[in-house]
Amino acid sequence: MSLLFLVLALLTLVMAIGTVTARNLFHAALFLVGAFFGVATIYVLLEAEFLAVSQVIIYIGAIATLIVFAIMLSRSMMGREAGGYNRYWVAAAVGVAALWSLLALLLTTVSFPVVDQPVPADAIVQIGAGLIGPYLIPFEVVSVLLVVALMGAVMIARERHRQR
Amino acid sequence: MTIPLSWYLLFAAALFGIGFFGVLSRRNAVAALMGVELMLNAVNINLVAFWRYVRPADLTGQIFAIFVLAVAAAEAAVGLALMIAIYRTRRTINVDEIDLLKG
Repeated sequence: MSLLFLVLALLTLVMAIGTVTARNLFHAALFLVGAFFGVATIYVLLEAEFLAVSQVIIYIGAIATLIVFAIMLSRSMMGREAGGYNRYWVAAAVGVAALWSLLALLLTTVSFPVVDQPVPADAIVQIGAGLIGPYLIPFEVVSVLLVVALMGAVMIARERHRQR
Repeated sequence: MTIPLSWYLLFAAALFGIGFFGVLSRRNAVAALMGVELMLNAVNINLVAFWRYVRPADLTGQIFAIFVLAVAAAEAAVGLALMIAIYRTRRTINVDEIDLLKG
């Protein structure tokens, strides 16, 4: 079990590093799909099956497809200059490494109140009941947000007729 | 529960760091957006790991992760639409060349 986690986590991290280092933007998008799949397998290890399926459907089925479409709609992004870094990339790498070290130090010293309990057998039923019960208002707000954001996206990306 | 909780948290922190590096260092705006997606994934792993190890009885952690998923979808749609609009007028989406608002 631990070995499985290590292999999956390592694969996911390799995919994530590929996403941020690939010179070709299309390759970066494919690496991103791999990283999303890796995260879905981590959800399965955590016994959150519903979330794993949602991850595959929403992230890989919708978001990754959207990114690939955006790449194809602006063709010059596929060129070789697309993968470049700005002039702060060394500072960014050092800062991120420092951030991770600090987080690692914190996470290994703090002891969390871990309980050894099984996941309820009707977990998916409880998620559904939660979404239309105590979390009804956030659920509705998120759905309105999604509609507004998608309509706004269409309005922003729409080709306007040029006025002369 | 053979895997300690801290392994998941360390893994999520590493994923967050890689995504953050992508956001900070990439010149291309779509590549920076991919970094944001990695960061959101790392946050979701944290939520689910804490749910599984600390409060497995109530599903709040998972429900919150679903909300994050929905907001991430909205963010990706608006971000990519903005990039297509900028590309149409400026013929570039390199972050350091988009300086219309710079006085």
